[in-house]
Amino acid sequence: MKQKNTIGETIASIPRNLFSGLVVSLIALPLSLGLAMACDAPPIAGVITSIVGGIVVAICGGSFVTISGPGKGLVGVVLVAVSTLGLNATFAAIISSGILLLILGYLRLGKLADYFPSSAIQGVLAAIGLIILGKQFHIMMGHKIERDNALEYLVAIPETIVHVLNVQDPGLVNASIAGVLSLLLMIFYSKIRNKYLQLVPAPMWIVIGSIGFSYYCELILKIPNPISEQYMMPSIPGLTEVVNDLPSPDFGLIGRVEFWSSVVALTLIASIESLLSIKAIDKLDPKKRRSNVNKDIKALGLATALSGFFGGLNVVTVIAPSSVNISNGGTNRFGNLFHAFFLTVFILLFNTELARIPLSALMAILVYTGYKLAAPKMLKRLFLIGKEQLIIFLSTLLVTLQVGLISGITAGLLATFLIHVVVNKSIVLFLKNLVKPNVLMYKEDSGNYFISVKHFCSFLNFNKLKDKLSVIPEQKDVIIDFTMCAFVDHSVMENLNDYQELFHKKGGTLEVIGLELLDANSGHPFALRRLLPLSNLINSGATKRENDLQDLGESFNLTFNNNKSVKNNELEKFIFFKTKKIDYTYNRLVNSDGSVSVFDISFSEGEFIAKEVIRSTMMYINTSSDIPEFALTKEGLLERLYALAGQKDINIPEFDDFSDRFYLIGDNPKKIRAFFTEKIVRFFESNPYYHVESNGSGLLVFSKERVAGVKEIKQMLDFGLRLQTQISKS
Amino acid sequence: MSFKKFNTIGVGVAFSPNLQANIFEAARLAVFLKCDLVLIHVGQENDNKKAIVEQHLNSFGAEKLNYRILFLPGNPVNVILTAIKENTIDLMVLGALKQENFFKYYLGSIARQITRQASCSILLLINPSVERVPCNHIVVNGLKDPKTKDTIQSAFFVGYKLKASKITVVEEVAQEEVNVKVDDDKTLRQSTIVRERLMMREKKRVEKLLREIPEVYSKDIVVKSQAIFGKRGYSIGHYAQIVRADLLVMNAPSKTSFWDRLFPHDIEHILGELPTDVLIIR
Repeated sequence: MKQKNTIGETIASIPRNLFSGLVVSLIALPLSLGLAMACDAPPIAGVITSIVGGIVVAICGGSFVTISGPGKGLVGVVLVAVSTLGLNATFAAIISSGILLLILGYLRLGKLADYFPSSAIQGVLAAIGLIILGKQFHIMMGHKIERDNALEYLVAIPETIVHVLNVQDPGLVNASIAGVLSLLLMIFYSKIRNKYLQLVPAPMWIVIGSIGFSYYCELILKIPNPISEQYMMPSIPGLTEVVNDLPSPDFGLIGRVEFWSSVVALTLIASIESLLSIKAIDKLDPKKRRSNVNKDIKALGLATALSGFFGGLNVVTVIAPSSVNISNGGTNRFGNLFHAFFLTVFILLFNTELARIPLSALMAILVYTGYKLAAPKMLKRLFLIGKEQLIIFLSTLLVTLQVGLISGITAGLLATFLIHVVVNKSIVLFLKNLVKPNVLMYKEDSGNYFISVKHFCSFLNFNKLKDKLSVIPEQKDVIIDFTMCAFVDHSVMENLNDYQELFHKKGGTLEVIGLELLDANSGHPFALRRLLPLSNLINSGATKRENDLQDLGESFNLTFNNNKSVKNNELEKFIFFKTKKIDYTYNRLVNSDGSVSVFDISFSEGEFIAKEVIRSTMMYINTSSDIPEFALTKEGLLERLYALAGQKDINIPEFDDFSDRFYLIGDNPKKIRAFFTEKIVRFFESNPYYHVESNGSGLLVFSKERVAGVKEIKQMLDFGLRLQTQISKS
Repeated sequence: MSFKKFNTIGVGVAFSPNLQANIFEAARLAVFLKCDLVLIHVGQENDNKKAIVEQHLNSFGAEKLNYRILFLPGNPVNVILTAIKENTIDLMVLGALKQENFFKYYLGSIARQITRQASCSILLLINPSVERVPCNHIVVNGLKDPKTKDTIQSAFFVGYKLKASKITVVEEVAQEEVNVKVDDDKTLRQSTIVRERLMMREKKRVEKLLREIPEVYSKDIVVKSQAIFGKRGYSIGHYAQIVRADLLVMNAPSKTSFWDRLFPHDIEHILGELPTDVLIIR
């Protein structure tokens, strides 16, 4: 990947980013207006946020294809701030939160969001979705009401529906018709495959449609707009007015707790929303670049402070417009800049036309957004992952709705930790090992990165694993071993899955091993896993590795079986296992005639207190022809693998290099020398090193004393199958 | 160069179920390293106890061994520390405790205090055994530290005497040393380059140390050097556990103060959870 674009390339990229910026501004305009109104702020505040954000982040940011603007996550927080502090003090809080974000960026605390369990974050986002949906639903239906908190707005929804069905005033009826029609358009837009319709994003269709309708009434029907005046957008000031009427941020409340709790909540949710968006958008980036998160946080902080100064809201990275940017060919930060530019143009030229949009139609966009954020599908998904995730999700959700965002997140954190303690029936595991540097990384001789995690891995210490992962180039192969881990939680599983996708996309692999030993409560691959006191024979819930092995088996025409089997007579005939006890084999891949099988194996060395359980991946090949008994290994490993003495290395004449590199032993040197023909010797010389043992009728092949990753198994299979044909030929 | 690192081995004798295993391990080591053995029992002299200890020594084959049994009353930690000085013990063998139901080992408080304060080398055994468990793979630290040279030489000496087949020298590269914060693709490339360079540098340094090892000690042993990324002093134990080393040889800590125990580092981590048998060289 070349980082430095030549100037020519940059100039060549301008037209497509100009286009994507235009499309993004079409969706950003109605969203900005609506979100600002949902916050009880003047609608222009949203547009100011997008413009300031677009310019500042495009210049100073560290991501590439993201779009910045007012975030939906902030609605709940700004709403509370405006109602408790007043609008001008809210602007002061926004400026303070921008500065706080800037400081966080400099302190490299962009990773703050890593410390929150993912189910709790989902809960907070769902709560914000419900806050937006609950409040705006009534406006969409032409029935403005005032309630004390978000829950009561939600409870009042049926009441509003009944009320609307009985309302007589035609102005209000028309407002609700406009709202419902807009909502239907939002819902069915993606399902209608029409290239002309898809040219313009759905929210813009609502804007164009309602402005068109308003002109149609005025110019052709010569009647006033049939929608009640109180459900029309308030007038939008032009740019000159915005500059002339800068708000005066009121820092008078700076000593108050409410002020700072708003600042903290704004900062927290802005950073969480931005980080989640950046992470999601990085996965979509066609050029596979890695965003500089801390630089982006700094830029967002600066943009937020400026935006608050001009009367705008917090600037965050917004996911929907960003993905629209990518799908319309945006490749660099010009997209973000042009989106700001087009928004400015729209406000300059069309600010009076925007007042022709019915509020109810605009709020339909928000109702739909809120519904998407609340994502009832999430309930089902979390239920599948595990009931405990549902408890965390719901407790966060309810506390956020009832009390507030900070309490909600705190409740989610506490619930998660308590559940982890209950699931493990141990608090000591966490307290004792929390600060231990439990992650070890090193490069294996084969060039793989190997990461081993000890004790436990959950949202509390995932950052340690993440620190190690983030320094590995994504083109490499990584193996994460949880064999020494007693507990792995859902947040970690989900984050690792993200990393897996990232590595896969950039040409590397990331494989997780050792999870088979941990038991999950559900069949979902993201379920949390804890160590069972005894190694059991029943295992619930396939791990990702097991699923991958299944797929691998299908592509190699092998049958996969993950049951543990204790009958392994053919293996016990190998000298290697003479001093070792085979406990069981599992995750077996067997070919159609049963002559080749690859399996994970658990065996033990020593007895009683000296007993050590070892898990490895091995291959067994049944050779049809009679072959001599031998063991072939790397120089020096022999004594370790075989508790043998007195065996001499057998040299194959004419192949000095082979004899130097490999250690070959067996009882019948003559027969062995005859077996190692040129073809066989060349085969071993030109292939990666494996330890190979023959017991006369079969071969045992393995390389490492740990469970192999899927990619390694593939290589081993390839090696073994070719070895089998090589032997049957000679 | 030919050196004899250890002359006198000390072992604490407590009348626990592990008594025989502890005596056997220490006696075996004394035979392998050709050292004298000093058995220290904290408590009053008692013919009965003496007889039991001697019986165990005889069943081991005491004729090959030059040994003394000391009975010293008083505070265990102080008694053993003074005994080490007075008898010029240069290797003290201590047994670890096993956590109930887990294959996890830790040091009791007495052994811990002795480990911290002793003036001699310490061998911590996790699985004292009557039968000999062969010592095949030794892991030794290759930290950039003046003591490391001595530690690696001792590891080879012990490895040679115990007929180990493989020694891995581990260099721990601390994250702070890489000193490039990874933010994006550019810094990632930089840090990868810096990391590779550090690994090369460490490898060179260790190779230099290895060249000074007398050939008699190293000729039958496969030597490998491995750079790991983790926390100094802790991650080497983690590594020893992964590769299932039979013995971990480490530098003694420079100093242990009250703060080290509050914010454990280096050796304190290892004492908290013993990965395998540990030999601390002083």
